[in-house]
Amino acid sequence: MDLTIFERFFGPTWPAVWTLAKIVAIVVPLLACVAYLTLWERKVIGWMQVRRGPNRVTFFGLRWLGGLAQPIADAFKLLLKEIIIPSGANRFLFVLAPVMAIMPALAAWAVIPFAPELVLADIDAGLLYVLAITSMGVYGIIIAGWASNSKYAFLGAMRSAAQIISYEIAMGFALVGVLMAAQSLNLGDIVVSQVGRYGFLSWFFIPLFPLFLVYLIAGVAETNRLPFDVAEGESEIVAGFHVEYSGMTFAIFFLAEYANMILVSTLCSIMFLGGWLSPFAFSALNDIAFARWLAAPGFHWLAAKIFVVVFFFLWFRATFPRYRYDQLMRLGWKVFIPITLIWIFVLAVWMMTPLWPW
Amino acid sequence: MIKRISGFFNTFLLIELVRGMVLTGRHLFAKKITIQYPEEKTPQSPRFRGLHALRRYPNGEERCIACKLCEAVCPALAITIESEQRDDGTRRTTRYDIDLTKCIFCGLCEESCPVDSIVETRILEYHGEKRGDLIYTKPMLLAIGDLYEQQIARDRAADAPYR
Repeated sequence: MDLTIFERFFGPTWPAVWTLAKIVAIVVPLLACVAYLTLWERKVIGWMQVRRGPNRVTFFGLRWLGGLAQPIADAFKLLLKEIIIPSGANRFLFVLAPVMAIMPALAAWAVIPFAPELVLADIDAGLLYVLAITSMGVYGIIIAGWASNSKYAFLGAMRSAAQIISYEIAMGFALVGVLMAAQSLNLGDIVVSQVGRYGFLSWFFIPLFPLFLVYLIAGVAETNRLPFDVAEGESEIVAGFHVEYSGMTFAIFFLAEYANMILVSTLCSIMFLGGWLSPFAFSALNDIAFARWLAAPGFHWLAAKIFVVVFFFLWFRATFPRYRYDQLMRLGWKVFIPITLIWIFVLAVWMMTPLWPW
Repeated sequence: MIKRISGFFNTFLLIELVRGMVLTGRHLFAKKITIQYPEEKTPQSPRFRGLHALRRYPNGEERCIACKLCEAVCPALAITIESEQRDDGTRRTTRYDIDLTKCIFCGLCEESCPVDSIVETRILEYHGEKRGDLIYTKPMLLAIGDLYEQQIARDRAADAPYR
């Protein structure tokens, strides 16, 4: 694509405009995905409860679309609702909290490699950046809980803070395993190091299987999704940290939660499930002309993997009841951290032996 | 001991959780039982207790004799009756109000009525738009009875063997 015309038009502001365009190119599809993920979640949970899920709001009354306009209707509803700020709340922090929640959920996408060479910022400390940015998401929740000046919100925030700190450790250790296996912190390099002759059998989820499970479960906990949604806990503390939020401020929390969900799924796909690599990339397939497209890497494989992992998130939600708070802490400290530590040790020994094929 | 060890492995290897997920996974493909309400409806029993109606005899005379048993039995105090002697010497109601915002649709008024005058019909789709719209007066209840008399009589006949 020849961009010199635009370059001349914008003059010295061009780098900023170009960066902004790239940000928009990532964030807008992401938010569309988030919107439709809410519908998909309601549908899947409905189906698992032998219901049909939302199917009334459609375009031009076409029932066979099955509720496709629901997210748009929801968005309009939330946009038009009043933002109520409680009289005892800290107004500045109250409004800042949703921004703090969604900022990391969007910022982390800067280093995500969508396809070979297709990444906004190809930095060598990508994994570190992701860890640093995602752990900032909890500040939004804590600030929201504190600024609301409500007991329930405060309880939710405290729970969320303790939970996220506990699971961050297990998650960090799981990622240490990945960077040991990949010998790199660059997310693109991590995917490339999973290239092998045996298709999906050479992805990292096989040698790092315990870490993969720990990451997946800790990811559910990090995003405050069921069965780890003690921060929300609608049956115990009403809605936790966002009881006092309404309208668009509430919607931003919602967006952040779902964007985080997609982010964790994406990271899981990249680090354990081979990112953009094809699961059928067997070296034998490359010799067959008409099957070569099956083995070709591309964004569609990443999208499919994200879809599958996100589906698991919804599946968990439809299946498991919420953890009691002490059980949650026990799982984090007494199960996950030992498992990851042991497996990192096993991995280190394994990598020193000739039995390590990666 | 063995139970504890197997229990540990069931939990640790997520076998219990996977079993739960298989169950929900099966339900994902199960036939859905949702009834698409305005288009589809659930079957109704002839004993359905919906909107009230006051019935008449075939000759057009209203059945209600103002005995006030329904007023007395009503647990929600939703019925208000005032009565007066008519010119032909019979006692009739001058006022028969049911406050449907109080009514709990227990059906005791219907049970208590010695002349089968007050009945509950199968109508459930009605609404009020203003405050007071749901206070049904005697002419309204009689009109409902006139309109649905056939249905009401059929439902009473269907239930008669069990009384």
